[in-house]
Amino acid sequence: MENLVLHLDNIQKNFAGLRALADVNLHIEKGKTHAIIGPNGAGKSTLLNVCVGRLAPDSGKVIFDGDELTGLKPHEITQKGVARVFQTPEIFQELTLLENTMLPALSKRDGAFSFNPFRTMRSQTDINDEAQDILEDVGLAEQMKQIAGSLSRGDKRRLELAMCLILRPRLLLLDEPTAGMSRHDTNQTIELLNKIKKGGMTKIIIEHDMHVVFSLADKVSVLARGKIIASGLPEDVRGDPVVKEAYLGGAQE
Amino acid sequence: MKQKLFNDTTLFLTFAAAILLMPIWLAPLGASYPDLLQKFAIYGIFAIGYNILFGLTGYLSFGHAAFLGVGSYAAVWSFKLFTMNAIPAVLFGVFFAGVLALIIGYLSLRRSGIYFSILTLAFAQMSYNLAYSVLTPITNGETGLQLTLQDPRMIDAMFIEVGEGLPITNLFGIKMSGYSGFYFCAVLLIICFYISLRIFRSPFGLMLRGIKSNQNRMNYTGLNTRPYMLAAFVISGMFAGLAGSLLAVTDPLAGAERMQWTASGEVVLMTILGGVGTLIGPILGAGLIKYFENIFSSFNNNILHDFFSFLPDTLENIVVQVTGLFVGGGWHLTLGLLFVIVVVYLPGGIVEGFQRLARLLSRKKQPDKTSSSLKNQSAE
Repeated sequence: MENLVLHLDNIQKNFAGLRALADVNLHIEKGKTHAIIGPNGAGKSTLLNVCVGRLAPDSGKVIFDGDELTGLKPHEITQKGVARVFQTPEIFQELTLLENTMLPALSKRDGAFSFNPFRTMRSQTDINDEAQDILEDVGLAEQMKQIAGSLSRGDKRRLELAMCLILRPRLLLLDEPTAGMSRHDTNQTIELLNKIKKGGMTKIIIEHDMHVVFSLADKVSVLARGKIIASGLPEDVRGDPVVKEAYLGGAQE
Repeated sequence: MKQKLFNDTTLFLTFAAAILLMPIWLAPLGASYPDLLQKFAIYGIFAIGYNILFGLTGYLSFGHAAFLGVGSYAAVWSFKLFTMNAIPAVLFGVFFAGVLALIIGYLSLRRSGIYFSILTLAFAQMSYNLAYSVLTPITNGETGLQLTLQDPRMIDAMFIEVGEGLPITNLFGIKMSGYSGFYFCAVLLIICFYISLRIFRSPFGLMLRGIKSNQNRMNYTGLNTRPYMLAAFVISGMFAGLAGSLLAVTDPLAGAERMQWTASGEVVLMTILGGVGTLIGPILGAGLIKYFENIFSSFNNNILHDFFSFLPDTLENIVVQVTGLFVGGGWHLTLGLLFVIVVVYLPGGIVEGFQRLARLLSRKKQPDKTSSSLKNQSAE
């Protein structure tokens, strides 16, 4: 049990009588990449939203590294070391790439609020270096003076990933990190995610693309109709008849 | 990518020089008399402060006149109770505006977008009505708060012999009207510009721009946006309070109409006209609007006849008839047209206009080089 970092205990969530999550129990191992798959409407995004405090569960608890996250605000959860990549990249469109990455670096160093109107950004050399390094890592260093809104979709996603990585989170949640990407961009993203795997960061990935799941995940859980119906190694889950039923049965309709 | 024409030090020094030399370079425009110059400086401060909120965070407040009014009342009370010196008046104005901004900001910032605007508008109108009727003992209601011979002026009474008539506002003996009054306001404007410059370039400023750009990402970056917003709101309220107290310093009376929603709207116009989120823009906007209000409104048909006297008589009459609609009492019409043109064609305000002009000029120079080099190549 010691190497478990995130516990979801009996999470339930209803939307106006519709059961989105029915009694979800999930335990995530430290340093592993855990993929959550499942047919559309299975409650995958709801589950992530519960983890980061965007939605409050009707009942159940989210426990991260011994701290209960349920009831905390998104910025508090983020300060505890949980970062999230969104389905459509959430970046600062009007700011430059460098500013986009310096901002989370400041958050990491100074916390949720710090009032320092008389320091200049130019004097923050540590922040500046850190931001440049991370842009280098994701391959966007050359564009760092550009406005983020001008990037291609794939680059925006890489920028968002950089913004999350600079927070040095202990848990990274990725909501369909390759949705809408070309095969080439997808492979690049997989490469990038595999690269940061060595850092010992725990990751939860929600993904439709089985190619991505099987190239990244250490463990896979299948969510269907608000319940975890199978959990295990990727090869085992792939062969599980219950999973085939839930997946293919739904897909053929 | 934006070109950096100036670094910050030269920008600041140019600005300071331009403000201090206003009596000279505004003379050809007929705008160099001290009363108007004071207004330029005071409304410049108001607009700079407003821009810290609206320009950086994108939160559109429609109630900043409340802080302007509170600044004026606080300053006049300081004259009445303590001393005619301008320094305490200014400090009181800034302090009380800051307190009011803290209260209004705390409540209004629970909402964003249009609801935030409406909340600030509601609070400002409440303040206006309080000043106009309910709080008459403090504000002297309709008549406005004025100095009287019976005022205690406790500090002055200890040091200065009470003279005949109403005393005048001063800064350790220098009277705060005319050019000395302007220079007092101008120095404060330059200080305010410096503060605004520092805020723009600080991590705090970057946070505010982040809020404008994407609040959701701010939260998921572990940043609590509420105190950042509140700090920006209070700072901009204090700037407004400073402007309000300076209005009282140059002319020691305060009336409720200073808090009316039209005054709140005016500072929005100034900021948008000059360039939202730019350092210089709001001051340009403030200057332009005050220039129109004071100079353009005093043009009459005689001046126009003089101006167009080079035209044949019949044509001159027609031109004067038409242009006459836009000057004098019709100056609002010109301002309105200008505003529409700016918003439609130059969303970045006058500053964007200048930037485009500068780019146009530099582009004109460059093609000469390239075309000449092309010619050389084709000649070979």
